[in-house]
Formats: sequence, C-alpha cells, structure tokens
Amino acid sequence: MAAASLTANVTAFDAGAPAAAAAFLGQVPALALEDGSVLFAMPGAGRRVAAHPDAVILAAAAVAGRFITGADDGRVVAVSQDGTTQEIANEKGKWIDALAAREDGAIAWSCGKTVRARDHEGTIKNFAAPSSVRGLAFMPKGYRLAIAHYDGASLWYPNAAAPPDVFKWKGSHLSIAVSPDGRFIVTSMQENTLHAWRVADKKDMRMSGYPAKTRSLSWSFDGHWLATSGADAAIIWPFKDKEGPINKAPLECGVRQAQVTCVAFHPRALVLAQGYEDGFLLLCRIPDGAEILVRAAPEAGRPISALAWDAAGKRLLFGTADGAAGLLDMPA
Amino acid sequence: MDEKIPVTVLTGYLGAGKTTLLNRILTEDHGRKFAVIVNEFGEIGIDNDLVVGADEEVFEMNNGCICCTVRGDLIRIIEGLLKRRSKFDAILLETTGLADPAPVAQTFFADADVRSAARIDAVVTVADAKWLGERLKDAPEAKSQIAFADAIILNKIDLVGADELREVEARIRAINPYAKLHKTQNCAVPLDAVLGRNAFDLQRILEIEPEFLDAEDSHDHEHEHDHHHAHHHETHGLKHYHDEDMQSVALSIEGDVDPDKFVPWLQEFVQREGASILRAKGILAFKGEPKRFVFQSVHMLLDADLQREWKAGEKRVSRLVFIGRNLKEGEIARGFMSCAA
Repeated sequence: MAAASLTANVTAFDAGAPAAAAAFLGQVPALALEDGSVLFAMPGAGRRVAAHPDAVILAAAAVAGRFITGADDGRVVAVSQDGTTQEIANEKGKWIDALAAREDGAIAWSCGKTVRARDHEGTIKNFAAPSSVRGLAFMPKGYRLAIAHYDGASLWYPNAAAPPDVFKWKGSHLSIAVSPDGRFIVTSMQENTLHAWRVADKKDMRMSGYPAKTRSLSWSFDGHWLATSGADAAIIWPFKDKEGPINKAPLECGVRQAQVTCVAFHPRALVLAQGYEDGFLLLCRIPDGAEILVRAAPEAGRPISALAWDAAGKRLLFGTADGAAGLLDMPA
Repeated sequence: MDEKIPVTVLTGYLGAGKTTLLNRILTEDHGRKFAVIVNEFGEIGIDNDLVVGADEEVFEMNNGCICCTVRGDLIRIIEGLLKRRSKFDAILLETTGLADPAPVAQTFFADADVRSAARIDAVVTVADAKWLGERLKDAPEAKSQIAFADAIILNKIDLVGADELREVEARIRAINPYAKLHKTQNCAVPLDAVLGRNAFDLQRILEIEPEFLDAEDSHDHEHEHDHHHAHHHETHGLKHYHDEDMQSVALSIEGDVDPDKFVPWLQEFVQREGASILRAKGILAFKGEPKRFVFQSVHMLLDADLQREWKAGEKRVSRLVFIGRNLKEGEIARGFMSCAA
C-alpha cells in the first residue's frame, strides 16, 4: 500500500543534545535536553536556557506554560516560556529521579525514597516511601499523588495525616500513569509487564507480553485508551469499560521490526503519535490502524525519546536520543 | 561509544580496606576517568568528580528464578550515568561490607538495558589478613565475598605473622582456589591487578586452573596440566582445609563430551541447584566441534558461547568448576561424567 506521508510538513532541526522530554509552553515548542538545557524550538530562532549547567536532566514535566525539570545536580527548576528560570528545590548530592506537575502549579519530585509535594502556594510536604521511587503522577481530582516503588504503588494525600493507600504487587514498578477519570492507576515494571489497579476496589490486572520495558504511556483524550511503548508496535489497552482491560486484547498499531520507544495521543482525536528505536515516527488512527508517516528512519537512526502535541493538536514536536528534532505542522 | 562500560565491583567485609583501595585506584596516574558508586556515602572522602550514592536495594525478579535477585538502585543509577557517557571510561562500584555480591552480578545478566550498556569487569574482594579467619566463621557474607571473587586483595599482612598468613591463605583457598590473590599493605596493588580483568568475558576464559598456595609469585602456568584436580592441594604438600559449607568442585574429562547430553544436564542442574551455586565456569570440547565451548554462571543465570578453535596440539579436555554452598560433589561428578562422548 502507498503509505500516506506528512514528511513534507516536518521542519527538522538540530537540538544539539538528546531529548529527555518535549512540551508546548503555550504556543512555544520546547525540548528538555539531557545536557541540562531547555531549548525553545522555534525553527530558525531557537533559544537555549541553561536550566541545569553541567548536569543531566533525568525527569521533566510540562504544565501551565512551564517546563519543570529535575536533574542529577539535585535541583528542580521551573522554566517559563519567556526563558526565566526558578529554582523549586535543591536536594544537594541527590538525583531527581521522578517528577510530576499539575495545572494548579503543584509539583512533586522524588530522590531515592524521599517524595516531596509542593502545592501552588509553595508549601512542601514529605513522604518517605518504603523503597526507591521511579514514577510519580498526580491524580486528576483532589491533591493526591500516585507513587510507583518496589512491590507496588501508593496513593498519598500530601495534606492528610493518614498513611497512603497501598496497592501491592511484588516486583519493581517504574513509570506510573493515572487514567484521566481517576478510576485506574497503571505501572510499568522491571519484568516487561504493566500492572493496573482499579482504585475503587484495588482489583488488579497484569498486562504482559512486552519484549522490553515500557517507559512511555499516554492516555487518549477521552480516557478510553492507554497507549504504551516497549513492543514492536504501539500496544493500546482499552479502559472504557468498568473492568478496564480485563479479558480484553489490546490493539497493536504500526507493527514494524523495531521497538516503539515513545507514544503520545493527540489531544482531540483518536490518533497516536508513535516513535521507534530507529528514529521512525508514525501517526496511527484507532481503531482502524490507518497510518501516516511523519519521519522515515534515518541511517543509524537513534530512538525517538520525546514527543508532544500542542493543545490544539495542530503541531507535533519530537526529539531523539542523538539530538535530532523536528516539528510537524498538521495540514489544515 | 559502542564499547560496553567496564564495571569493577569492590567488595569486602567492614574495615578490610575497600575505601583505601578505591582511593588508591582513583589517585593513581592512569589517565582514566571513573564514575564511582558508593553506599556508605560521605563517611570517608572519595577523591573523584563523579560520585553517586546508592541505596543497595535488592529485589527479586519475577522471572521464575527463585534466587534471581537484582539491585534495583543500580539499574536506575546506570541508566542515569549512561547520559553522561562521555564523562567517564569505567565504573567503580563499592558495595557495603555486608553485601552479597550475587545481586550486583545478576543485575548485569538480568536487566536488558544494563546488560547492553555495561559489563562487570571483575569482582575484587578486599580481605583483612588479621580478621578474615574470624569473619569466615561468623559472617556468611564474608564467605560469599571470597567465594565470588575474581581477585582477592589480602590486606594488612603487616599485622600478621608468616604462619597466620599461610593459615588465612589456606582458608581462602579452601573456598575459592581460582581467584588471583594479592597480599598487600594499604591495598598497594598494581592497577592491572584490579582493572581490565575481563573476568566475566566468555572470550577470555583461557583455562580453569586453581592458583596454588604460596606459589603465586613464581607461578607462571607452565606446570603440567595432567594432575588430578580434586586433589591439587595435597599434591603440593600444603595445609589443606575443607570448608564445611562453601567449597569448589572441579571436574575434568580427558576428551570430548556429547553436547546433546551435556547442555541439557548443565541447564537442568543449574536450574535445580542454582541457589547453592555462586559461580561456575567451564571449557568443553564438544564432539565434532572445532571450537571450544565456554560457559559461566552466577546462580541460575547461565551465559555460554563457542569460543576460539582448539589449537593444533592442544589437548581436547573438558573442564568445569562450581563454587558454592553444600555442593553435592558425587552427584555433579556422576552427572558430568555421563556426558562423556
């Protein structure tokens, strides 16, 4: 079949360093780079902010027009679209392992077993997790944080004295994602599986069959689908029903001889952007699986490591593990 | 860039001199840049730009292998260090005195991301000549560290007499006759004794020969190879200890083995007895195969490959060694011998 292509709509540029995360700060495309800088990626008029000089950005989250970055210098920094930076925290001598941010300005981060949540007024609350924390995500309702650690996940109310609600499953949990309706939490695991719990009754389910670790998870705008990396296709689990994906098969989109490393659902349509380990980038429509090429795999291409849509879903920003980047303008 | 990062694991019981060795490696004029991973963070100064504190968090992999524990913090740290790949050439990993080296080693077998980026160069164990004998009696960790070692730095020899030194050496050899042993004060060893060892590289498994007591200074591997392994200590007339719960079992077949018998036997044995096997190595002559078959294992995790060809004039002998706890020597010997071609 003659594959549809949008490659002519992509403006490629050199980010100069591997991308850790991508975001649109308002209208401004921005990449958090592993060299410690944040690049405002207006093609032809790029601007670089040294958020973490001589350090490596390990975690990043973008919300409300700011990029929040955490690095191996122990600092959490907020970078605004005008290029100003604000130091949120400095955990001297530690690495910032995970980070989450939400619309109202609240930020959470972890270093080792220590989790801190900072509300929009700047009040910081602390939680000592039972073991190292690899993933953080805010719940959609209430000031509540989902935390992935060894042997399960915890849901913590920073402003409540009560101990966190613990969701147990043996093993090392890495990334964590919360469904937009707050009904499910999903972790990715060391053993190349996902684990999901229904928050209301802790009913849990295991989603296995991945050849590699899942490090990228993205919910569809309607919350009905969860797209995941870690296989030679995007694996998309149905979460519409009360039971979630129990006894249901996932969709597989864009099967290739290369692993999907990064996924990002379109903010308004059931279209998934999926990047592969060889630098290939595709849009897939669900449920029919129609494909549109965004970027062919370059020779010796490296993984797509960052993807983000703008709020309107008209532009897609990507960055790779070898410092390549590009901006797709969707045709009107 | 594509070369895997070598990782040197430094173990040793509390107070043996690990940090002394670490600082010695770092301050020597070698032109290499290290990333250092330490656990007792901040206690003693470490003279290096890139020092990372670890949490030594061990967890069990849910992969059906009951003894397959890995260091979760190490997976996270190595992932992070890879983003600074251009800033260092090698990693030095210091474990706590009470640590079992197995989860560290297994991390490099069991995690695909770590495995593709880094490799263990060697496990180096620092032992206190004065106190090791006592620790071997009361601390199982100390015994595991000796059993696991590729190189043993027997330190503080100035604090013991000649007899005491021979005694502690014999104790070490009863557990692990295969490690390189270096007797030192202040961990003064040449760097090549601890770095660039390639001890886990299948391509570098050259021979499986025990080191001999008292002889390693002049020992140059030129001795006859046809003595009987099970009795090597006695043949040299040195004091021989038998450690009750940790020992090595070395076996050889003077000729080929049948791969269709040997491979299933080895896999089954390692699966079943993996919890008690700390390390194993072997060089095998497979019937009809011009290349040497080599393997090594850490507990249940087995790594095997065909290596170089047997040289003209090289005797095709099949050898293997297990180091572990309460090994059933008779059963291993019967199983292995029945694989003869």
